Amino acid sequence: MTLRAELRQFILENFLLTRDDSSLGDADSLTARGILDSTGALELVMHLEERYGITVQDEELHPDNLDSIDRIAAFIERKRAA
Amino acid sequence: MCGIAGALLVQGQAPLPDPARMIATLRHRGPDGTGCFRSPVCALASARLSIIDLQTGEQPLANEDESVWTVLNGEIFNYLELRAELKARGHRFRTRSDTEVIVHAYEEYGERFIERLTGQFALALWDVRRQRLLLVRDPVGIRPLFYTRVGGQLLFASEIKALLAAPVTAGLDEQGLAQVFTFWGTVGERTVFKGIRSLPPGHRLVVEKGTERLEGYWDWTFPQGQGRTDLSEDEAAEGLHALLTDVVRQQLRADVPVGAYLSGGLDSSGIAALAREQVGTLQTFSLTFEDPEFDESAYQRQMADFLGVRHCTFRCTALDIGNAFPDLIRHTETPVLRTAPAPLMLLARHVHEAGLKVVLTGEGADEVFGGYDLFKEGKIRRFWARQPDSKWRPLLFGRLYPYLTRSPVANRHFARLFFGQRLQELDNPFYAHLTRWSSTRGIFKLLSPELLASLSSAAPEETLRRQLPAEFPAWSELARDQYIEVKTLLEGYLLSSQGDRVSMAHSVEGRVPYLDTRVIEFANGLSARYKLRGLREKVLLRRALRRAVPPAILERVKQPYRAPDSRCFFEGGRPLAYVQELMSPANVRRSGYFRPEAVQRLLEKCRTGRALGAGDNMAFVGVLSTLLLQEQFFGGRAAPAAPVSA
Repeated sequence: MTLRAELRQFILENFLLTRDDSSLGDADSLTARGILDSTGALELVMHLEERYGITVQDEELHPDNLDSIDRIAAFIERKRAA
Repeated sequence: MCGIAGALLVQGQAPLPDPARMIATLRHRGPDGTGCFRSPVCALASARLSIIDLQTGEQPLANEDESVWTVLNGEIFNYLELRAELKARGHRFRTRSDTEVIVHAYEEYGERFIERLTGQFALALWDVRRQRLLLVRDPVGIRPLFYTRVGGQLLFASEIKALLAAPVTAGLDEQGLAQVFTFWGTVGERTVFKGIRSLPPGHRLVVEKGTERLEGYWDWTFPQGQGRTDLSEDEAAEGLHALLTDVVRQQLRADVPVGAYLSGGLDSSGIAALAREQVGTLQTFSLTFEDPEFDESAYQRQMADFLGVRHCTFRCTALDIGNAFPDLIRHTETPVLRTAPAPLMLLARHVHEAGLKVVLTGEGADEVFGGYDLFKEGKIRRFWARQPDSKWRPLLFGRLYPYLTRSPVANRHFARLFFGQRLQELDNPFYAHLTRWSSTRGIFKLLSPELLASLSSAAPEETLRRQLPAEFPAWSELARDQYIEVKTLLEGYLLSSQGDRVSMAHSVEGRVPYLDTRVIEFANGLSARYKLRGLREKVLLRRALRRAVPPAILERVKQPYRAPDSRCFFEGGRPLAYVQELMSPANVRRSGYFRPEAVQRLLEKCRTGRALGAGDNMAFVGVLSTLLLQEQFFGGRAAPAAPVSA
């Protein structure tokens, strides 16, 4: 499964409580869709740290890194490359 | 304080339902005796909790020639003044009860007698000569009253279960459910029972010769623009202190001891202090929690010591809440999104077991004096909207919700995105509430496609918009936010599911001095700066209570009353048995309200402790309470699935 597909599955099942793949696009803003708020971001970060072995610093807790599947995937890839 | 029920034949000949059968369902509201009045066209019934005039205050009660009959749920606090006034005008009283002033005041002043009553009440009055029925609910909606029309009859009662016993059949009102899943409660006349209406606060229903009139006689109102600014802070504070002292004096009227709740915050402490000044002894009651996030016992003890009262506490565990929850929903008769009413129901049982029937509470101060963080949220959003590019204005959100361990402002970047939604809709009457409602409506993602389709035309916000008074746009921003808060959370949830219904579940009458109309009208007339100054809440109330309450409590930042949510429903890593059964795919499918697979995912998320945010917790409690409501009122639970053999 690709990174984007994995992320999509986690967000669908955990936040939208569904497996309906059509309900979320890779570029959709998770905050604008009401999927992610500050506590949702906390859940997401806990998952990313556990699943991908990365550590998210406070200053990285930013919508630029976390507000869509595309942005999260790019963020993880950057962290892994670093 | 009581439960009331009754019926009126509007047309046709069908015999009326037996009022004794209806009132039998309300004995928890009035365990001290029941009484009925029956005629071919009207029936009235009362289950009495005797508080004033223990000997001769039975109901139903009539005037001198039995041409006017009434049943009352609640209290008329100014009954002594009214009684003196009516006696001076020649009326003869047979009892010492507050109920009797109703029939004489009606004789004297007609339908408008209601405007002379100070109190918290729901009543029915039958005028035999004019064949006129009046149903009236107090100005603020502290006491409930429901009614429905069936086959030429009008049936009414303090709780819906008495109507169902008549019997009336009612299914789930889906529009009502959509309102609960947006505002936390229904608004206006709507309930979650199809065809059953709530008499709105401050309204009377007059039924006479086949015609009906629903009329408002009181509502929250505010001055155009900013309101009074001519009083110095000391003058306003002294005025409020004198007013609250007088209201508490009236609300201490009872022929049984009156206690007080102490939450540990300013509001209930202030009421207990004003009461303590006027009575020799006072018994106070508090809830404590194991979890320090919710527990306020240190402040409660401090206040109790300061007042020198006899203080009783009830320690509530998460499991107590989970176990009490089905009983809670039987009493609330509506889904709820928080468990917070359950501990209060258990506290009322504790009060009842201690032998008390009446407690004073601090409810209402946040609405009247601008106490909620939501009002600050609206203020910051409007301030930010004037300079949307400002970097530091949205940083003010960091000052909100300090009591939440997982706060929506925990991360400033996400807080900015979250509170920045619809930032420029400054003309929207619901401006301050938009973000909260949008979060609450997250529950909609669990609804079944069928229910979602039937709700496609449901627009809770539009329904509420139509109910706003014409002068609403001319009020100050804070006044508009207060009004919306009152019409949604206060009327639809705090006074009902978290107020009357949970205290009356154990025959305890809660009295709410801050919601006396004199207090409301005084505060509403003042400029917002007496309430929310900068981001400092309840400025005037603090000043008015500065000599009654110790500084540590006076200066506390507001901590709203809350209780643990979804984790109450799991023990040893497993759902409680009834939760497992109700949320089983078979039962969820049978209910038709929710998507079974979504409920399973939510259940698992909560079971494993991964439900961190308010959204998941609200959704869990909302789904579970809806399924309980269905089980208790709309047709039971699906049979458990047969065990699958390996």
